[in-house]
Amino acid sequence: MLYREAGQFKSSYAEDQGIFPLRQDRIAFWVLMAVAFVVVPLIGDQYWLSAILTPFLIFALAALGLNILTGYAGQLSLGTAAFMAVGAFMAYNFVLRMPWLGIIPSFILAGLCAAAVGIVFGLPSLRIKGFYLAVATLAAQFFVLWALQRFGWFTNYSSSGVITAQEIVILGYAFKTPAQKYLLTLAIVALMALAAKNLMRSETGRAFMAVRDMDVAASVIGIPMMKTKLLAFAISSFYCGVAGALHAYAYLGTVEPEAYSLDLSFRILFMIIIGGVGSIMGSFLGAGFITLFPIFLNLASGWVSHALGVEISHATVSNLELIIFGGLIIFFLIVEPHGFARLWQIAKEKLRLWPFPH
Amino acid sequence: MSAARRAGDVILSVQDVSLAFGGVRALQEVSFDVCEHEIRAIIGPNGAGKSSMLNVLNGVYHPQQGKIRLRNKEFADMDSHQAADLGIARTFQNIALFKGMSVLDNLMTGRNLKMRCNFLQQALWLGPAKREELEHRRAVEEIIDFLEIQHIRKTPVGRLPYGLQKRVELGRALAAEPAVLLLDEPMAGMNLEEKRDMCRFILDVNDHYGTTIVLIEHDMGVVMDISDRVVVLDYGRKIADGSPDEVRGNQSVVDAYLGVAH
Repeated sequence: MLYREAGQFKSSYAEDQGIFPLRQDRIAFWVLMAVAFVVVPLIGDQYWLSAILTPFLIFALAALGLNILTGYAGQLSLGTAAFMAVGAFMAYNFVLRMPWLGIIPSFILAGLCAAAVGIVFGLPSLRIKGFYLAVATLAAQFFVLWALQRFGWFTNYSSSGVITAQEIVILGYAFKTPAQKYLLTLAIVALMALAAKNLMRSETGRAFMAVRDMDVAASVIGIPMMKTKLLAFAISSFYCGVAGALHAYAYLGTVEPEAYSLDLSFRILFMIIIGGVGSIMGSFLGAGFITLFPIFLNLASGWVSHALGVEISHATVSNLELIIFGGLIIFFLIVEPHGFARLWQIAKEKLRLWPFPH
Repeated sequence: MSAARRAGDVILSVQDVSLAFGGVRALQEVSFDVCEHEIRAIIGPNGAGKSSMLNVLNGVYHPQQGKIRLRNKEFADMDSHQAADLGIARTFQNIALFKGMSVLDNLMTGRNLKMRCNFLQQALWLGPAKREELEHRRAVEEIIDFLEIQHIRKTPVGRLPYGLQKRVELGRALAAEPAVLLLDEPMAGMNLEEKRDMCRFILDVNDHYGTTIVLIEHDMGVVMDISDRVVVLDYGRKIADGSPDEVRGNQSVVDAYLGVAH
């Protein structure tokens, strides 16, 4: 009853092709944006902003990048963290060596560098598919981290390999507090998510999905296989690269190869599996779940130990976290391979009628 | 069916095409031509090489010998992208739709060769990209109306019943506004009613858009009713070619279908 489209008529194709064709969705979206941009920075404390919300947004952006490649274009990749690392290190080098460039152009250039690396490691996709491709992208993961540690130029010959990210200054305005960094991240992520949505609802997105669903038919109707696959790798890696730069500058404050291990690639893959493969919103839901879940688990273990009067050690909690994660991923793969995004869609369909049965 | 509309020039011709997979000779020196605006059927028993012929025509298979001539361009073989570019569209024997996409998106994908905006314009949803999208949406909606699939335009194709999927696939091929439309068993696995609908759509397409149609079909009643000329293949060779009546009376065709007493 609350959620129904009765009485909302569309009189042009432009209206019908909007991002949120339903009024309820539009309202919900703008409310969410208002909360994210205005309310959260006002009421959020330092811990929430810098340790939870900012990383959530950054991981959501990386997950979005991976989702473009894996969820939309159907090319499995395990090199996400490597592309993020390229973004982070190249951003550092651009800011260091060309300070006149400014932060945002540096981030864009860093993203483009990641896109170039993505294209190189995407070349095997022209020949191989599925798991074999995943293994080929795994090579990116090892090669990039090796190169970053091996060649001193990337780290500006720092002895420890850990470098401090420069301050974020845009047009003379420094982003120092957690709230400022959060807002900057939010603005970039929101813009890039919008661009991704636009891209996926136009010809490029359809070509990606066509390649994913049936590549023979796609090439028969004239979709160029090579261009489409490499474009998917490029766009995806661009998103990951910008996410990596933000990860270093707005979240960690340091640039180090260890932050971009294979572990992170898997985490981001889990985000899109749990959130929803082939869904923009799914990337955000998955990232939200995976960033918030450990915190919830920590709290819950606190309650449990309080209630039972038993002491649960920190090691147990972190092990438990892994076990529950693994279980959830298996659960999602079996029960709902399209993740939270699909559950949300089902819920919306049910809500059209609720509380009536028919 | 107006006879005047039928009398077109040769648009597509196949000359001495041979195709082999290792030792299996799928096609042996097959030649035939297709005139503009006609409905040309390719028939033959199972394994006669009909689908191979279609795959040669749109560049999925590459023949070892022979030439294909489309209008006044000649090819030894072509790749599928080139074929699509030249205006050859097709449907598949076992439906090859994009299952995760809606009917509308499937049809829009059929128009990909007509889209000119690059991905940056699309990402920004700038004026030209949006205009282009709407312009093609309008064209696709016409096909949706034509095929009477308005009610399912937003449904993911994977959820549709078989008969409707076949119709959507026809729509996707039509969306490319092809000069030649290749249909690989458009009526396979359909019930009588669905077959009748499909026949009507094929005739309408031919009539309304003037599209040249090459089709493979097993239902002889359908073939004899709707096609202008028929090619008969058996074991990769052409054994007959002519109007439905001529072919029906041909002794080697009867032998191929019914077998010969030894």
